[in-house]
Order: sequence, then C-alpha cells, then structure tokens
Amino acid sequence: MSGPPTMLAPDLLDTGRWRDRRDAVIDARGLTAYFGKRPVVDQLTMQVPRGSVFAFLGRNGSGKTTTIRMLLGMLPPTRGSATVLGCDCRHLTPEIRARIGYMSESHAVYEWMTVKQSGEFASKFYPRWNQRVFDAIVDHFRLDPRARSGHLSRGERAGLSLAITLAPEPELLILDDPAIGLDPVARRSLLESMVFATRGADRTILFSSHLLDDVERVADYIAVLDRSVLRACGPIDAIRSRVRQFELLFDPQHAPPRDVPAIRGLLHARRSPSTLSLIVAAPDDDTQRAIRALGASTVDETSVGFSDAMMGYLGERGESRSFLDAAAFESAAGSNS
Amino acid sequence: MPLAVSIVTGSNVTIYRQIVEQVCAAVLAGKIADDEPLPSVRALAEELVVNPNTVVRAYSELAREGVIESHPGRGMFVSRRRQIYSSAERRRRMDQAVNSLVAEGFMLGFGADEILEAVAVKTRDNAAAAASAPPASKHPARGGTR
Repeated sequence: MSGPPTMLAPDLLDTGRWRDRRDAVIDARGLTAYFGKRPVVDQLTMQVPRGSVFAFLGRNGSGKTTTIRMLLGMLPPTRGSATVLGCDCRHLTPEIRARIGYMSESHAVYEWMTVKQSGEFASKFYPRWNQRVFDAIVDHFRLDPRARSGHLSRGERAGLSLAITLAPEPELLILDDPAIGLDPVARRSLLESMVFATRGADRTILFSSHLLDDVERVADYIAVLDRSVLRACGPIDAIRSRVRQFELLFDPQHAPPRDVPAIRGLLHARRSPSTLSLIVAAPDDDTQRAIRALGASTVDETSVGFSDAMMGYLGERGESRSFLDAAAFESAAGSNS
Repeated sequence: MPLAVSIVTGSNVTIYRQIVEQVCAAVLAGKIADDEPLPSVRALAEELVVNPNTVVRAYSELAREGVIESHPGRGMFVSRRRQIYSSAERRRRMDQAVNSLVAEGFMLGFGADEILEAVAVKTRDNAAAAASAPPASKHPARGGTR
C-alpha cells in the first residue's frame, strides 16, 4: 500500500446527503469493528434510503463484508450502532430477519438437492414464499430444475442462490459481492434479476461489488470504503459530478513538473512527456489556481466517467506513468536490436 | 419503428443523459410515430438493464423540454406541439454545424464559392426529395415553430 505520498482527497460524505432518517432502511452511526488491534471498519456512519439500489464499493479487505455481517447481527460491533428496518442490528428479531434477504459471497447451496428440491426446502422457512419469483429466476439463469445443485457451475449456483433469496420477497435485499466469479453471461443475468427485483414496491437493495460498470447501470446510491474508512457516500450522480479531470498540455521546452505539488483533492495524476492528467475531487477556486500555476500551455477541465471517478477513490492514490511513455518503448526497442 | 436506445458504461456521459439524447435524436429524425407510446419506464429499464429511476429522470427531463408528453392512462408520447429547442438554442446548434462544415471545407482546400455551391445543391436535393416523397410521415417540418 505504499506509493508517492499525496494529500488525502476530501471525503464526499455530504454530497447531496439524503436527510430524512425516518426513511432509512439502514442507519449506521459510528459503526466500528476491531479484529485485534486493527480497525476493520472505522466509525462508519451512513444511511441507506428506502427504495434505493445502494452499491457498496471498496477494494478487497476494505471492510465491506464485515460491515454487512455487523448489519445482519452476525458480528457484534466493537463500537457504534446501527438499525436495520428500525431494529438494533444486535437484536434483530425473527420477524425482522424474515423481511431481509441475504446472499453471502459463497453462494452456498445444498449440494445433494436438486434445484427444485432446494426451492421446496427453502420455501418451508418462509410464510411469504413466491414460487413464481423462484421459477422466474431459475428460468432466467437457464437452470434445469432437475439438476443437482452440487453439479452447477459458479454462475448457476449464484442463480439458484438468488432465486432462494428473492422468492420470499424480502423488503431489504443484501447481496455480498453477488457477481464474484461469474462469467459475463451470468453477470448480465444477475444484473437483470436485480433490475427485476426493483419491481417490488419500496424494496431496497444493498449490494457490494467491484464491477464499476454494473454499479453505474443499476445503483442510484453508492458508498465507498477505503481501508476501513467511508470516503464517499451519496447519490451516484452527485458524487460523480464532483470528481473532475484536468488535462494539462505543456510546451515542448517546458515539460510537466517532476513532482506534482500537493493539490487539495488530488486523487490521481498521470503523466506523459508533454501532458499531465489530474483527477480531482470537489475542486474549488484554490484547486483551480494551484492547477493553473503548474505552467501548462492549455488546461482543459472535463467530466469523468463513473469508473474513472471511482478509480480515484479505489486505486492507489498518487501518480502513474502513462504506458505510452515513448522513452520507455524506445529503450526497450534499443535493447532488443 | 421501435425506439432503439443503446447505453454504454464508463463514458463521461451519464446514462440518463444518453437516454435523453437518443430519444431526442429519434424524435428529431421522425423515428417515433405520433400515435405510438414510448416504452414504459419499467420496460425500458429492464431492456437497458438500468435503474428505473434513471429512466424516470430521463423521461421527466424530456417532458420538461417538451419533447414528449404524458397522456394519462396511456403512457408517454412524442409531443404534438413539439418545439425541442428554444430559438436561441436552435440558432446555436445551426451555427455550430455551419462552423464545422466551413472549417472542414477550408481544411480540405475548397474555396468559399465551392462550399456555398455544395450547400446549395444539397439543400435543393433535400427539398426536392421531401416534396416528392409520399406523405407517410405526419410529422411537421422538423424544428418548425407552430
């Protein structure tokens, strides 16, 4: 996790914050988990609005799964608290639990049962089991109801797991990295099923993911965890619109500065011999002045795509050199000849 | 002809903007019949695999701009009295198109007279084609103020 030191970007936690906590399906206040002396989730405060599709982003080990486990009462918080559907997460009642659908990363299934038997077995636990939903998802993932669960592919198991999670028509759906290990076809089926799941009036979906393109499609709220700390939280478009890109073009006799000075909000710098590209969170007048002081001949400010904006938060902060650095190629070519 | 919208992710144009622009373009090109409803929010969201709220937002913006209108109980339709752009905006877009045409023409080495002549020919051809075409489209002249 080393790299050139840069200033931490301002957190985008107040971005278009949605304020009415009465309608928060999940309301976490300072939620903290320590494993030994190490904070795995550090003072997480966030609200998940009712009816939203809320994406939880962060690199591996950033604390997403631990947060989900605390919210579901599977792990007691070291400090802080959270309510889920209005109930303290440490004391979720069976009635509340029945309103939550949870799909873990493992997509665990009973391997000796067939797809059909898995549905029948699961249905006994839920008073509100909707067989049509189960059948629709099974069909959508092109599963053979007679196939043995243990023989299903990773994507097919995800489909079965999702069918079992959605059939009880949960009010709150929590999917922990549902796309993990799925091929593109299964991934698309999963995404389609998530859009299908929003048919449930007022249903809230919280899902964690690494797939930024998928998140851009289906999420309307996002939260970004970086090394245990929440760095951005709010409506997806509001967050994205506050991350800007600056393209600086330098005259040949005036190369980009060797070291990019600390610019507040700088998420990422990318350099080529004559250009410097900066991705900056929430730039203000000071940022603009600092950037113009770098001495470029032209400065273009543009919006960035969602995945580029998030890379700034998820990637190593600091500088990367362009792969198109001509000098590197020339020397490589030179050594070959 | 059905509305064909295609979405790309990772672009610096938001998905909601992409929908707005493509519906606008389809309406301007006369690709959506007056009496044919646009896909419902739910249908378009499921077809494009995007959050339904994104489609809601795109449709409300299109309605606010006067491109489409809601017929209660029947759905969204292309506006009967459509004036997609304000006259200032129409002027701006026209100027933009002319600018790039003229710049391209000069760059390719054509003279002012040749560019004018090319525009005149193209304009005449289009007008003639419109006059001789069967009245299949009930659309008024695009961009005309009514």
